[in-house]
Amino acid sequence: MQLQRRIFLSGAVAISALLAVPRALLAAYPAKAFEQKDPGDALKSLFGSAEHSPSDKITLTAPDIAENGAVVPISVATTIEGATAISVIVEQNPQPLVASFDLTPGTAADVSTRIKMGKTSNVIAVVQADGKLYSTSKEVKVTIGGCGG
Amino acid sequence: MASGIRIRAKLEDGVAEVKCLMKHDMETGTRKDAKTGELIPAHYITDVTCEHNGKVVMTAHWGPAVSKNPYFAFKVKDAKPGDVIKVSWVDNEGATDSVEETLE
Repeated sequence: MQLQRRIFLSGAVAISALLAVPRALLAAYPAKAFEQKDPGDALKSLFGSAEHSPSDKITLTAPDIAENGAVVPISVATTIEGATAISVIVEQNPQPLVASFDLTPGTAADVSTRIKMGKTSNVIAVVQADGKLYSTSKEVKVTIGGCGG
Repeated sequence: MASGIRIRAKLEDGVAEVKCLMKHDMETGTRKDAKTGELIPAHYITDVTCEHNGKVVMTAHWGPAVSKNPYFAFKVKDAKPGDVIKVSWVDNEGATDSVEETLE
């Protein structure tokens, strides 16, 4: 643990040194939010609040069954006006916060990536707009045995 | 050195759909080395920055739960042919990589 911390810290220092100028206006890496073991705590750390209301204006695309938990393709898009951030949370992961995307008016609120899932879990897409949090979730079954079940 | 990021951008109706594949181990720090039984230190991309003609249009913060050799797709608005899209990443050890693509 001590070693990891050291590596992490040295990395963090290097990052801030490298990007001090262009990143000055942007949010720093939310290391604390990624360390949280509980989805609510992660949201609280990231957005200052864990309260989110379900919204049908968010489209979360993920497979019903993921044969390989190491590579689960997901897409999150939203039609909510003025969305400023999209976060992806996997409830049952040891560290539930997977990724967070800070949007600007120059980008459409539509991102795709591939994530790791330890086991069957709800995937929650959280969208921040106008200071409030909206969410939608979907259960993805992970079959580690690889039988395609 | 050639970039470890493969990028493709498709321009349609003023919106550029950018897709990238980044070469990175994305080690979680919880796996053990099969030979020594020791934990493999975490090594993953923490920040991804997307620029449109030099202006930052999106930043992504990632944890170790993004898959190995990450795939990342996003859409840039108000894009036109000749515009330059730049994608760069930094990992938790301070390594970095970037790539530029000119829209057609």
